[in-house]
Amino acid sequence: MSLARFASAQSNLFEGDEESMKVLVAVKRVVDYNVKVRVKPDNSGVDLANVKMSMNPFCEIAVEEAVRLKEKKVASEIVVVSIGPNAAQEQLRTALALGGDRAILVETNDELGSLAVAKLLKAVVDKEQPQLVILGKQAIDSDNNQTGQMLAALTGYPQGTFASKLEADGDKIKVTREIDGGLQIVELALPAVITTDLRLNEPRYASLPNIMKAKKKPLDILKPEDLGVSLSSSIKVLKVEAPAERSPGIKVASVAELVEKLKNEAKVI
Amino acid sequence: MAILVIAEHDNAVLAAATLNTVTAAQAIGGDIHVLVAGSGCTAAAEAAAKIDGVSKVLVADDAIYAHQLPENIAPLIVGLAKGYSHVLAPASTNGKNYLPRVAALLDVDQISDIIAVEGADTFKRPIYAGNAIATVQSSAPIKVISVRTTGFDPASAQGGSAAIEQVAAAGDAGKSTFLGEEVAKSDRPELGSAKIVISGGRGMLSSDNFQMLYTLADKLGAAVGASRAAVDAGFVPNDLQVGQTGKIVAPQLYIAVGISGAIQHLAGMKDSKVIVAINKDPEAPIFQVADYGLVGDLFEVIPELEKLV
Ligand SMILES: Cc1cc2nc3c(=O)[nH]c(=O)nc-3n(C[C@H](O)[C@H](O)[C@H](O)COP(=O)(O)OP(=O)(O)OC[C@H]3O[C@@H](n4cnc5c(N)ncnc54)[C@H](O)[C@@H]3O)c2cc1C
Ligand SMILES: Nc1ncnc2c1ncn2[C@@H]1O[C@H](COP(=O)(O)O)[C@@H](O)[C@H]1O
Repeated sequence: MSLARFASAQSNLFEGDEESMKVLVAVKRVVDYNVKVRVKPDNSGVDLANVKMSMNPFCEIAVEEAVRLKEKKVASEIVVVSIGPNAAQEQLRTALALGGDRAILVETNDELGSLAVAKLLKAVVDKEQPQLVILGKQAIDSDNNQTGQMLAALTGYPQGTFASKLEADGDKIKVTREIDGGLQIVELALPAVITTDLRLNEPRYASLPNIMKAKKKPLDILKPEDLGVSLSSSIKVLKVEAPAERSPGIKVASVAELVEKLKNEAKVI
Repeated sequence: MAILVIAEHDNAVLAAATLNTVTAAQAIGGDIHVLVAGSGCTAAAEAAAKIDGVSKVLVADDAIYAHQLPENIAPLIVGLAKGYSHVLAPASTNGKNYLPRVAALLDVDQISDIIAVEGADTFKRPIYAGNAIATVQSSAPIKVISVRTTGFDPASAQGGSAAIEQVAAAGDAGKSTFLGEEVAKSDRPELGSAKIVISGGRGMLSSDNFQMLYTLADKLGAAVGASRAAVDAGFVPNDLQVGQTGKIVAPQLYIAVGISGAIQHLAGMKDSKVIVAINKDPEAPIFQVADYGLVGDLFEVIPELEKLV
């Protein structure tokens, strides 16, 4: 970075002329990461009755990052948005307790694909005009890893996926990304879409006073129709099955026995 | 029907993941073309032309594709995709980065991480950290699919002699710039395609202790992996993480050392042929998927193992 740009980035931080940076964070309600889901006997899906639901862990990281940007006075307002059933208000309230300023629920009981979600988020982006949109890299239910990239395509914004570090710098943002070989650093023009990886930050817990305060923060409920988005999908789930079971193994009593088995029984070394 | 496979490469070398993706394309059936988008990527393109079963290689050689930035490579693929029934890419961090951008620009859904082909429009993919396998059918005019490479054997890298055709670059979107990368160079085999993987978890306690695993790995010709806890603790770099949200591996032999076996970790390794677990806690869930379990202190077991292999 040139010295001049560095200086301007610093003055932005201190004088707060970046105060106009609005951040939109997308959070999804998913099965809690500790739950081992079971497939329904009729193979129509997984059994979600009486299962603990939580905010997708990558979305918690997204909310935390937005809050840190606000604490650094880089961001001025944090809008959290979720698309899902009425109960997703719980996850939005959690996001507000963590530091979000206001929330939007796009209410639908349909299980939407990532493209439909991205189209709804695009409509919200059009209304809200954020400078930065932060999503999780992956929802741990669908394991799709698509929505952020699709939103970036639909808005025409650049994308910083699998981010492990963000450095806002005037009208640009420097993103360190976790890639197969290690780390990659890219610079994106704002507005931009970011998706979070595990090492971006360690999310805080909501404090009781903040949970109380969050109850009074604004939460708007919209319907997909209000946003004029068609939710049709070209993907049909034909069946959902349990994965193949591994046949039970044995315990070996010593390292010598282990080596013998690997050499003569499994023949893998 | 023709299928476009997007090559994974670093300009000089074609990555093995490309070969698995070609096998997935063969299972779908049809003419297979491979796109090599890069900068100074002639060597990678020539390697792609030799893959058995590939009938044409398209090369977009331009400085803007040097790092396959999605803002630039997605429009290129979109421009070519119209002539194809399917667009396939490996579910590498690269493929995961640009492919959904391609799908959205084409206004079609994407199917991520397929592990089996049931028909030209029907695929199997894991969901919920691999605790369920969904069979999905697509009616999209162009099927955009990322391929989990462990689900498909590699196509032969020899025997083909595809024609190589240059395609024009699509221009710089001007919204992103590559600033640099930190890529560890190692003589060990690549984690995703190694025959033996030895992974360490929180039980390793420190970065220094991982040296024991590197020494053992070098003796066995193995790659080294890790659990999320080991990466988060800074014992090893992020690219070693195996699991639901890290790398998916399915070697002949997987040795889990000081790893408890959380579902997120199992999601990345439970399709390994033989699994060995070394853990001092006899109740650790990793033993439920292990073919050979050894209850013991890794600090005694690993040095002994290294002597005996
Ligand atoms: C969104 C999300 C994504 C995730 N993605 C991944 C992922 O991709 N990959 C992944 O691995 N995890 C992932 N995790 C984390 C996962 O849930 C577990 O927390 C993690 O796998 C635990 O790592 P570990 O087994 O090394 O640590 P621990 O669970 O702490 O286990 C350490 C084990 O070491 C054993 N041990 C300790 N000392 C010794 C010794 N001296 N000798 C022998 N054994 C010893 C202990 O008995 C214990 O079983 C994810 C979690 C979330 C929420
Ligand atoms: N229904 C949803 N509501 C809000 N955000 C979502 C929704 N689905 C996906 N996302 C966002 O997109 C990210 C990646 O999801 P996916 O592409 O489905 O793996 C999530 O971490 C969320 O940030």
